[in-house]
Amino acid sequence: MNDRREFLKSAATGAALLGSSRIGLASMLAQHPETGKSRVVVARDTALHGTGSQPDEKRVLDLLDRAMAAYTGREKPVEAWRRMVPPDILKNKVIGLKVNGLGGKGISTHAALVLAICERLQQAGVAAGNIVVWDRNARDLAACGMTINTDHSSVRCYGSDVAGFEDHQVQCGPANIRLAKILTRECAMVINLPILKDHDQAGMTFSMKNMYGAVDRPYLLHPNNCNPGVADLNCIREIREKVTFTIGDAMSSVYQGGPMFRPEHLWYPNALIVGEDRVAVDHTAWQMLDSKRVEAGLPKLEDAGRMPHYIETAADATHKLGVNDPQRIRLIEV
Amino acid sequence: MSHTRRWMLAVAVLAIAGTLVCTGCKKKAVDPFPATNSVAGWEKTSDTRTYAAKDLWQYIDGDAEQYISAGVVSTATSDYKYQGKLEAVVDVYTMSDSAGATKILDAGQTKDAKSVQLGDAGIAYAQSVTFRKGPYLVRIVAYESTPDGPQALGSLAHGVEAKL
Repeated sequence: MNDRREFLKSAATGAALLGSSRIGLASMLAQHPETGKSRVVVARDTALHGTGSQPDEKRVLDLLDRAMAAYTGREKPVEAWRRMVPPDILKNKVIGLKVNGLGGKGISTHAALVLAICERLQQAGVAAGNIVVWDRNARDLAACGMTINTDHSSVRCYGSDVAGFEDHQVQCGPANIRLAKILTRECAMVINLPILKDHDQAGMTFSMKNMYGAVDRPYLLHPNNCNPGVADLNCIREIREKVTFTIGDAMSSVYQGGPMFRPEHLWYPNALIVGEDRVAVDHTAWQMLDSKRVEAGLPKLEDAGRMPHYIETAADATHKLGVNDPQRIRLIEV
Repeated sequence: MSHTRRWMLAVAVLAIAGTLVCTGCKKKAVDPFPATNSVAGWEKTSDTRTYAAKDLWQYIDGDAEQYISAGVVSTATSDYKYQGKLEAVVDVYTMSDSAGATKILDAGQTKDAKSVQLGDAGIAYAQSVTFRKGPYLVRIVAYESTPDGPQALGSLAHGVEAKL
């Protein structure tokens, strides 16, 4: 881990010589140009964890590369990343990595994944100081294994307890919330790095639900099993336009008792779930979670009275955040 | 001293005495967290953080509602480490009554839970111990699975129980 951390402190490497013709390519990737289907990649490595509870860092990097190659069609990691990040952002704008450390040390976005993404982003041409790893606060980031750093000479890492929230309130359904300044003012693009968990209120938390960590009073969006709270929140312009790509951490998960760490319900899917269509990503993750629950002798979320209805809401004609119809999702498993 | 002044003095003395008596009657605040090495091998590695019911979302957003509906009054939490290696967290939920603690304990129980003699009732898994005692609901969770983990968690749980 130390070598990797030292790497992150170094200046960015690689060139960012991309032509203007690539602008907009990233947004075109979400749906296949011919089939119109939203693409979701599930990349797995059954040997990811070995005998320990933490995933092997080298294997995580390899898994990330495999997922990105499958999603972009580019075998070389640098090329894959340059395909996903628009040239102007790659060159001189800030990219946020929104992690999730709410559940505590046992069930938070893995540092190994964050470091792997930081490494590849820098190789693709992003300056280290233009990467911000963020979440609600220092405690959550510590749970992910991250250390607070506001120094622009290296990858930065801090929460809304440092950067604050906008004074201006945004209407989100019946609730008024304030958005994190890291999202509104700092980041030109956010890569969403949620961790897959059962959720007492929402049924499941993954891509869209992770945005609750970008507002000042997320509990206001909990009524009615977070429906339509999750969908409404993801429709807010800053979230809809900036949070364009999910690299979901399903390397470990809790299939019951979440969103906090419940070791008795810990599970190792050893997977990354990747996509630009946040609804399709969540639909895919939900199916995985339900399969595990059935295998463990538990009722599916719907039968447990906690069906994540917000996924369907997010796909409806009002929200139009993506697709939840399996016929319109191209699932690529590698 | 006039009659009125004597009465006023008597009332003032009674008021002061009453205040002192009531202060003395108040329950001493419970500190359920064992100090470092008061339970063999366990080190308290963080300050105690306390959350009122209305602020519980800051600690367990998404999970707070079930505690609130069960009548949580406050929650205190602290980190621990066993023999410098095994990390754990101790959460102590103070409910308004024992029924609230019972509700939460029962909700978290699955068929593979092992019953343990702790407080009024308790359950254990390989990496966690949960018990209730009166209005208190205590959950201790280790972040790793180790051979000596269950015994160590049990010892820490007894240490907490003794302070409630």
